[in-house]
Amino acid sequence: MPQVELRIAARPALVRTARQVATTLARRVGLAGDVLDEVRLAVGEACSLAVALVGEGSDAAVSVRFRDDDGLAVEIRAPGDLPAAEGEAAAEVVAAAVEGVGTDDGSDPLPAGSTLMVLTSLVPDVTVRTGADGLDVRLGWPA
Amino acid sequence: MDLSLSTRTVDDRTVVEVAGEIDVYTAPRLREQLVELVNGGNYHLVVDLEGVEFLDSTGLGVLVGGLKRVRAHDGSLRLVCTQERILKIFRITGLTKVFSIHDSVDDAVAAAD
Repeated sequence: MPQVELRIAARPALVRTARQVATTLARRVGLAGDVLDEVRLAVGEACSLAVALVGEGSDAAVSVRFRDDDGLAVEIRAPGDLPAAEGEAAAEVVAAAVEGVGTDDGSDPLPAGSTLMVLTSLVPDVTVRTGADGLDVRLGWPA
Repeated sequence: MDLSLSTRTVDDRTVVEVAGEIDVYTAPRLREQLVELVNGGNYHLVVDLEGVEFLDSTGLGVLVGGLKRVRAHDGSLRLVCTQERILKIFRITGLTKVFSIHDSVDDAVAAAD
């Protein structure tokens, strides 16, 4: 599979589109069964985080890049100027950055911590990083 | 598939039947529905997830928010779910310990509070 890059505006409605593309490409590289559900959920979680980080008011795009790397490799990036952190600390950085960005009554804040919990439990190979160039989430599933 | 919601009363419980995908886009509608029910004095809710084909952590956040709201009125929020792929998300996040999850609406309605 040649590289595929999807660029979506930071709109919650488009996260579903990213999930659908992820599932299609995962099937294409030979992943099957429960793993397809895991790809769908994990890519959705990472994109939700990225979209919340950029914020609906922004014109900036979220990039989702897919590669066939003896399985499926997915890189989700959102622009932003964030403190440098990795793993759980990065999830906290994102949680702090998206606080108050929510579109509703704010009583059920975006659970950035549970997002990371879902990612680390589901994905064999996961890195979450923040820095001066924003959020960078890398997910990998071996074939 | 988008999200669809319907509510009905069974005995003194309000059953919310949810179908489709609960994600960052659709979860606010589920939240509105739960808030509306609680504001209307319905404090014993059963949320039927059998028709749900996708649930992410935003959806979990809304369910936890609903639970907090009914508990503030000494109410209850019980879930109905037998789908392994949805249950898995509750397990990963430790929420199987927080929610009462039932095999059927009848079972959830019959459960004592």
